[in-house]
Amino acid sequence: MHVNLFDRYQETQSFLHRLDPRVKVLATIFYVVSNALLPDGAWFAFFAAWIFLLACNALSKLGWNYTLKRSLIALPFALIAITVLFTTKGTPLFSFELFSVHWALSLAGITRFAAILIRSWLSVQMALLLVAATTFPDLIHALEHLRIPKVLTAIIAFLYRYLFVLTDESFRLLRAREARSVAAEGMKRGGSLLWRAKNAGNMVGQLFLRSYERSDRIYQAMTARGYSGRLYTLNPHEMKSADYFAAALTLTFLSFIQILGRI
Amino acid sequence: MLYSPTPLHIPDGFLSLVVSLICWIISALIVAAAVSRVNRSLDERKIPLMGVMAAFIFAAQMINFPVAGGTSGHLLGGALAAIMLGPWAGILTMTAVIAVQGLLFQDGGLLTMGANILNMGLITAAIGYGFYRLVSGRSSKTVKLSAAGIAAWLSVMAAAFLASLQLWLSGTSPLRVVIPAMLGVHALIGLGEALITVFALGFIFQTRPDLLDETQADKGGKTWAYVGGAIALFVVLLSPFASADPDGLERVAEDSGFLHAAQSAPYQIIPDYAVPFLGQTALSTIAAGAAGVVVVAAIVVLVARGLKAKP
Repeated sequence: MHVNLFDRYQETQSFLHRLDPRVKVLATIFYVVSNALLPDGAWFAFFAAWIFLLACNALSKLGWNYTLKRSLIALPFALIAITVLFTTKGTPLFSFELFSVHWALSLAGITRFAAILIRSWLSVQMALLLVAATTFPDLIHALEHLRIPKVLTAIIAFLYRYLFVLTDESFRLLRAREARSVAAEGMKRGGSLLWRAKNAGNMVGQLFLRSYERSDRIYQAMTARGYSGRLYTLNPHEMKSADYFAAALTLTFLSFIQILGRI
Repeated sequence: MLYSPTPLHIPDGFLSLVVSLICWIISALIVAAAVSRVNRSLDERKIPLMGVMAAFIFAAQMINFPVAGGTSGHLLGGALAAIMLGPWAGILTMTAVIAVQGLLFQDGGLLTMGANILNMGLITAAIGYGFYRLVSGRSSKTVKLSAAGIAAWLSVMAAAFLASLQLWLSGTSPLRVVIPAMLGVHALIGLGEALITVFALGFIFQTRPDLLDETQADKGGKTWAYVGGAIALFVVLLSPFASADPDGLERVAEDSGFLHAAQSAPYQIIPDYAVPFLGQTALSTIAAGAAGVVVVAAIVVLVARGLKAKP
C-alpha cells in the first residue's frame, strides 16, 4: 500500500500555477486578513470577495467551482459559534423557552453568525486554491523567502517528505491490528477500553521507535551525501513582471473590497 | 478523511483580527526563541530528527482506538513530543505539524494559525514537559508515567481552555457556553490522550530506556518544570472559576475594556484605550492585572531561556 492521498497539488498549466509562490502566499494571507477586517453586515463586500475568489478559481483552470466543491470542511466548527444567534444583543425576532432558559433570536445575532460563516468559508477556499496551484516544495521556498527561519522550513520539508512514509507505517500497524482482531459472530470484539487504549498506545510507541531509528538512518545517509544542515533548490524563484502585476492587482482589489465594506 | 480533525483547530473567520494577531505575536516570539536555541546548539542532526518526528506525530494521530458509540480516541501529541524530544525541539516539531495541517489540509486557518500553534504546540509542550520534569530524576517508572499521563490530560485541557478564551474574546461564542462545552468534550479527549501517551511511553521505557534518559540529560532545565507547573496551576485554578462563574470573568473583561478591544477592528482600539483602565472596580483591576502578569512573566521566562547563551 502506498499513501499519496495527501498531495493537494493539481497538476496543470495555468496563470495561477506559474505565478511566483511568494505572491500567491502573500495574496492568500492578505485575502484572509481582508475578510477578517470586513464589518459584520458588509454583504456587498463579501460578495465582491467571493467574485474575486471565483476569478482566481477560473485563472487556475481547475474549474470555477473547484474550491466550492471542497469548501465545507470548516463547517463542523460552526457549531461552536451557533449560540451567537441568541446571545448577540438586539431586538428579538423570535423567542422560546428551552432548558428553562429564555432564548431570543435577534437580527443582530443572525448577521453576526452569517458573517462568521462567510468569512470562514471564503478564507478556507482561498487556502485550498493556494495548495492546489502550488507544489509543496515551492510553498516551502516561498516561506523561506518570506523570512521564516530556515530551521523551521527544513523541518516542514522533512515532515512533508516523510509524512507519506510514516503514514504507510501507521497503516501497516493498523492493518496488523485488524488482522489479529478476529471476533466470532455475536461476540464482543477486543478487550476493555483500557486494553484497547493500551494497544493503541503500544502502537504509537512502536511507531515512535521506528521513526526515531529511521531518522538516524536518514541522517547518516544524508551526511554521506554531503548534508550540512541546509536544503538547496535549483529553482531561482525570480519575480517577473506578471508577478508584480498580479500582486498589485490583488492589493487594489482588496482595498476596493475594504472601501466597499464601509460605505 | 484519514485523520479526524479535533475542535481545537480553529479555522479562519472564527477569531477576530486583534485576538489572532496577539496570538501570532506570542507564538512567533516563542518559536523564534526555540529556533535560536536550536541554531545555537549547531546540531544539524536535530533537523532531520525533528522533521521525521513531526511526520511521526502526524502519522500517530491516525492511530485510534474505539471508545464508545462510534467515537474514537486518538493522539494530539504535544505532550508526548515534548517529553520525548525536550521542550524546544517539541515546540518546533508541533509548530511544523500545525503549520502543515493549516497550510495543506485547511485544518485550522492561516490567520488563526498563531492561536493554533499557541494552544496545541506551545502550551501543550510547556505543560507536558514541565509537569513531567517536576517528578523526573530518580523517581520510579510508575511515578514518571503517571506524571506523563496527568501532563497529557492537563495539556489538552489547557489547550481547550485557551481556545475557549480566544473564541470568547473574539465574540464568537459566549463564555458560559464555550467553556463548559469545550472543557467537557476535551476532558474525554484528554483522557484518550493521557492513556495513549502513558502506554506509548511505557512501551518506550521497556524497549529503549536510553532514549528517555537522553531527554532528561540535556534538553531542558528545571526552569521548564516551574514554567510548565505554573501554567498548569494557572489553568487548574482559573478554569473551575471560569466554568462556575463565567459571568464573573466576562464582567471583568468587559469592565477592563478588554472585551471590546479584542472584538473590534484595530483602527477602533485606539480611541477606546483612552478609558479602559479607569472607572472600574478595584477587584477587576487586580484580577485582570494578575492574569496579565502571569502570562507576561511566563512568556518572558520562556523567551529569556531561549535567548540565554549556552555553549
